[in-house]
Amino acid sequence: MSTAPLRLVTGDDYGVKIDHASSVPLMNSEAQLKSTLAALAGVDAVGLEGRCAKLATRSIKKTTKLAAIDLAISMVDLTTLEGADTRGRVRSLCAKAMRPDPRDLTVPSVAAVCVYPDLVAEARSALGTSKVSVASVATAFPSGRASLKVKLLDVAEAVDAGADEIDMVIDRGAFLSGRLGEVFEEIAAVKEACRGAHLKVILETGELVTYDNVRRASWLAMLAGADFVKTSTGKVGVNATTPTALVMLEGVRDFAELTGKLVGVKVAGGIRTTKDALRYLVLVNETVGSSWLSPDRFRFGASSLLNDLLMQRLKRQRGAYVRADEFSGD
Amino acid sequence: MTEMDEPELTNSRLGSLEYDPAPESTAIAHFRPSYGIFIDGRFTDPSSHEQFVSLNPANEEVLATVAQSSREDVDRAVASARHAYDTVWSRTSGPERAKYLFRIARLIQERARELAVVETLDNGKPIRESRDVDVPLSAAHFFYYAGWADKLGYAGFGPDPRPIGVAGQIIPWNFPLLMAAWKLAPALAAGNTCVLKPAETTSLSALLLAEILQQADLPPGVVNIITGDGASGAALVDHPGVDKIAFTGSTEVGRLIQQRVAPSQKRLTLELGGKGANIVFDDAPIDEMIEGIIDGIFFNQGHVCCAGSRLLVQESIADEVLRRLVRRMEQLRVGDPMDKNTDVGAINSAAQLARIRELSSFGESEGATRYTSSCMLPDKGYWFAPTVFANVSQSHRIAREEIFGPVLSVLTFRTPEEAVVKANNTNYGLACGVWSEKGSRTLWVAQRLRAGVIWANTYNKFDPSSPFGGVRESGFGREGGRHGLEAYLDV
Repeated sequence: MSTAPLRLVTGDDYGVKIDHASSVPLMNSEAQLKSTLAALAGVDAVGLEGRCAKLATRSIKKTTKLAAIDLAISMVDLTTLEGADTRGRVRSLCAKAMRPDPRDLTVPSVAAVCVYPDLVAEARSALGTSKVSVASVATAFPSGRASLKVKLLDVAEAVDAGADEIDMVIDRGAFLSGRLGEVFEEIAAVKEACRGAHLKVILETGELVTYDNVRRASWLAMLAGADFVKTSTGKVGVNATTPTALVMLEGVRDFAELTGKLVGVKVAGGIRTTKDALRYLVLVNETVGSSWLSPDRFRFGASSLLNDLLMQRLKRQRGAYVRADEFSGD
Repeated sequence: MTEMDEPELTNSRLGSLEYDPAPESTAIAHFRPSYGIFIDGRFTDPSSHEQFVSLNPANEEVLATVAQSSREDVDRAVASARHAYDTVWSRTSGPERAKYLFRIARLIQERARELAVVETLDNGKPIRESRDVDVPLSAAHFFYYAGWADKLGYAGFGPDPRPIGVAGQIIPWNFPLLMAAWKLAPALAAGNTCVLKPAETTSLSALLLAEILQQADLPPGVVNIITGDGASGAALVDHPGVDKIAFTGSTEVGRLIQQRVAPSQKRLTLELGGKGANIVFDDAPIDEMIEGIIDGIFFNQGHVCCAGSRLLVQESIADEVLRRLVRRMEQLRVGDPMDKNTDVGAINSAAQLARIRELSSFGESEGATRYTSSCMLPDKGYWFAPTVFANVSQSHRIAREEIFGPVLSVLTFRTPEEAVVKANNTNYGLACGVWSEKGSRTLWVAQRLRAGVIWANTYNKFDPSSPFGGVRESGFGREGGRHGLEAYLDV
């Protein structure tokens, strides 16, 4: 170089600048909330999807891949949300959560087991003192169609039974018809009912449809006190997609810069392969950076993903694939 | 969550997932130690023994030796093209010409990986770009014009438009294969024969394309490829047997060509330099806009004639945009072009690197504020770290002259009128971008911009069906689309 380059930032201090002294702005009225959300920049769908397609071509190999697989395992919320769930199935899932591959103790445990409220106690007792959390869906999951009273009772029961994390659904009907204050107050009330349990707010992005809605709903949830914003219930046609996740990651990044509060992101529904999981980790890596590359800030809501991660992990070690039956079904 | 004891989010440029090297294998690229020139369907020895080397700009290693075509070689090439025109190609029916073009397109697809590797080794651009942009678009151009070959009567140029004859085509080093496709596909579809001269630093993908033309059984002489420097190009421009010159390259050389062609009957189209303005309004979709600015200036190391090298940003959001832009620039992965995760590759030549350095140094001496990526640059090869200049004014050299490198100049405006005046205050007129969520304003601005291409909420997007070209010192004539046929038809 003919002249020494001036440097605004160096490799060590790149990243989101967070001022912990700042705080989440209070919303005093629905009008204020609406104007805050309306002032958010729009999302250009073509550009957003183009960016995701480009990031999907990142090539993750060798030690990076192994590290990423272990990171992904530690971020899994191992989930069973079926009408046919039994206590036995939950116990089996908890065993798998604590020790995903019983033959290899170097495999990290997953982040949480995610069940319906009536099975929280079962999961709590099965997990004992392990560091795997119990997450429970609540608030009339998955449709959210119940009175606030019923929803809060749902939450309270789950928390009483030992849930560490609550995955609530927002009232999409209220959001889409513009009753944003109602959605806000519901989230704030649930947050209070959580009594310290972490609150994940499910936006059900497949029903919000537009990326602009996803951005606004993310901010609404964060302003109302969400600890995580989560894409989907897994119960509708469109679940987590990388562009949706990118919009939400941009949201938590900008929110952290504004308020100093770091909100997590959970992607859920339809993530089945290691390749999918790695794509999400690349998005996290290149959008919000290292503070979100931890189970405290990023989660995969999934069930079959875990076995694929284990299979790819073993493949990297042995150089060959093992058959699917090598891993337990639940 | 306990916010207070949270570590600052500052660990590394890309978070803690440091990607391991993921190099594309070079084994698929087979270079001959030396190349002749492609005349009459065969590689032939040049008349003189003068040769030059083609380097890999990423490590300065010699890839192959290429022939310097003399005046006699140009003579032979033009004679071959004339003969093929008179005896074969002008008598070949549209559907038959289409058959060859489809075949070439499919062969480009079949040999896509090989072409991408050759292009990246010879040019220095990231393999991701040659793989995902250059090569697929090259095939797409042949596919597109194959479709026109038997429909020329419906292109709006009369019921039976005739070809011009022998086209001399001179292309630049920034998109070697793609520019060859832009030139050859419409010319052949319209029924012309060609003499193509690639740039001296990037001949190899054109020579590989010659092999593909052989494989496609294209009749000998329909396309001839001569390698060499400006002297070979000048011989082609001056040759009396050439009916049409198509040139893509610098405005300086374009001006010389226009002077030399003026006294003759030759047709001429020129696609020259640019100083594209990317205009950002305060209601733009900010995340996608930042990506668009980054793509606009750092795509292909900024070696793009339509690069968005001037950022005009509304003053009310200027600080925010600059902060996000510099943060994003810092994330770009600069380095080995063969690594699949590289975003910005090597500068194509020592000469170009010297020019970028010289023009950038004016930025600082004229008072602009410089932000340069802190990326590590390899020791060998030609490299320039992505750079943004803020506080640039219209009179600065970095706001007026084409740098043709990864250097962005940021200026501000307050009203749409001012944005238009500043965007148009240039000798060039190739491309502009407008970023706003308000459609009526985008259209208002676009109507007033003096440029051949205007992108709205995107930048550097190309499609064979869309015409491309400039006004004023960015040249004249269009490439691509129905309009692109006009340059090769006697209309």
